[in-house]
Amino acid sequence: MECVFGLVGNGFAIVVADTSAVHSILVHKSNEDKIMVLDSHKLVAASGESGDRVQFTEYIQKNVALYQFRNGIPLTTAAAANFTRGELATALRKNPYFVNILMAGYDKETGPSLYYIDYIATLHKLEKGAFGYGAYFSLAMMDRHYHSGMSVEEAIELVDKCILEIRSRLVVAPPNFVIKIVDKDGAREYAWRESVKDTPAPTA
Amino acid sequence: MSLADPEVVGFCFRMMKLDFSGLESKAPHFDASNELVGGDGALSAAPSSFQLPITADFDGFQKNAIQMVKPAKGTTTLAFIFKEGVMVAADSRASMGGYISSQSVKKIIEINPYMLGTMAGGAADCQFWHRNLGIKCRLHELANKRRISVTGASKLLANILYSYRGMGLSVGTMIAGWDETGPGLYYVDSEGGRLKGQRFSVGSGSPYAYGVLDSGYRYDMTIEEAAELARRSIYHATFRDAASGGVASVYYVGPNGWKKLSGDDVGELHYHYYPAISSTTEQEMVEAPAA
Repeated sequence: MECVFGLVGNGFAIVVADTSAVHSILVHKSNEDKIMVLDSHKLVAASGESGDRVQFTEYIQKNVALYQFRNGIPLTTAAAANFTRGELATALRKNPYFVNILMAGYDKETGPSLYYIDYIATLHKLEKGAFGYGAYFSLAMMDRHYHSGMSVEEAIELVDKCILEIRSRLVVAPPNFVIKIVDKDGAREYAWRESVKDTPAPTA
Repeated sequence: MSLADPEVVGFCFRMMKLDFSGLESKAPHFDASNELVGGDGALSAAPSSFQLPITADFDGFQKNAIQMVKPAKGTTTLAFIFKEGVMVAADSRASMGGYISSQSVKKIIEINPYMLGTMAGGAADCQFWHRNLGIKCRLHELANKRRISVTGASKLLANILYSYRGMGLSVGTMIAGWDETGPGLYYVDSEGGRLKGQRFSVGSGSPYAYGVLDSGYRYDMTIEEAAELARRSIYHATFRDAASGGVASVYYVGPNGWKKLSGDDVGELHYHYYPAISSTTEQEMVEAPAA
């Protein structure tokens, strides 16, 4: 089942998500990237109903881009998180989106930050957060082993600890994970942790 | 077969009238001499009512009734990308609960000469929205003087289905085709999901089909090998899944558009794959001597 988590380190933020697209007992895909690069310095990791997840994150991405076109400056991570929360809150009493979001970003002024936004439009600024069944394990691991000002190496080691714990303790553990990072140089994919390859053939 | 047949439907359909008496005004607002309400005009007719099934859970009843008339629920469809293009295959059975309503359903829908759609879920929903997608693809072609990409077409469909989400549509489809970027394959469903992939199977028989497909798949198969893998996957799914059966149709989409390769009765395929061997009789039944 879905596992999304993230943490803030010294000068960077990392988000991790499982990459399974599941329908009841069937895994339709095990390399579905659930972390969107929102703009040059923002990441959005989303879990929830597949339709809502894609539609909502694309909607946020397009509106953040529109703001930048109109005003010539990008939204800060805090502004983007508050905008996202606002959109979820207005939708909540009409046709709610069932999406939980971890938004990570890097701003020149404030440095790296991580925001927790759930489907009922709760917004929290955190240094570590998680969603889904994997949250029980990854939160415990992060509570125990996290400390402020972690280096990238330390953070990745902690992320791998979380993934190992999920794989060994969670019955419905997803096989593959994607790790993305955002720092002063921008948002980018960091690594994949794969125990099952979707297609053993070259991608066409 | 009528829905109201209790033997078939299993619901009690004794009719009950809704009480609308609370809606009637006790004292007329108009003067008795007013033309509109005077005499025994239409307005003073019997209180309006409509028949409702007797059930405590009306919403649940309605949902069940809709499910009951939705055929093509049990299905096996699959599609995969390989070296030469995309292979698409499906069974041809339509069932309504335990009843097999057809053994000759066309579950592979030809959207245009370069694109196919598969049908799982509600037959009407699939047929209607694929035809609708075909129209939109043709209009795109006329407006832009080039064929729509598989990515674009699948997103058109996904956006439509997403806009109707939660309103009872039941569609599980794969959009397969060939465009300027080569072969394309997407899975689209009525929950609004849309996945790009190399290998998909949809329907009640899909777990069985996946088993055969995953173990036999190689990217560098020939067209013949791929067609055989697709056919065999459908056959094994129809063997185990009671809701799948009929004919295993196989289509191939290459750079020059789609082509139907085969359509084999799965009953005949069974004896083709597993020929009947006459076994030696170990014990002969002998007629008991008359007492």
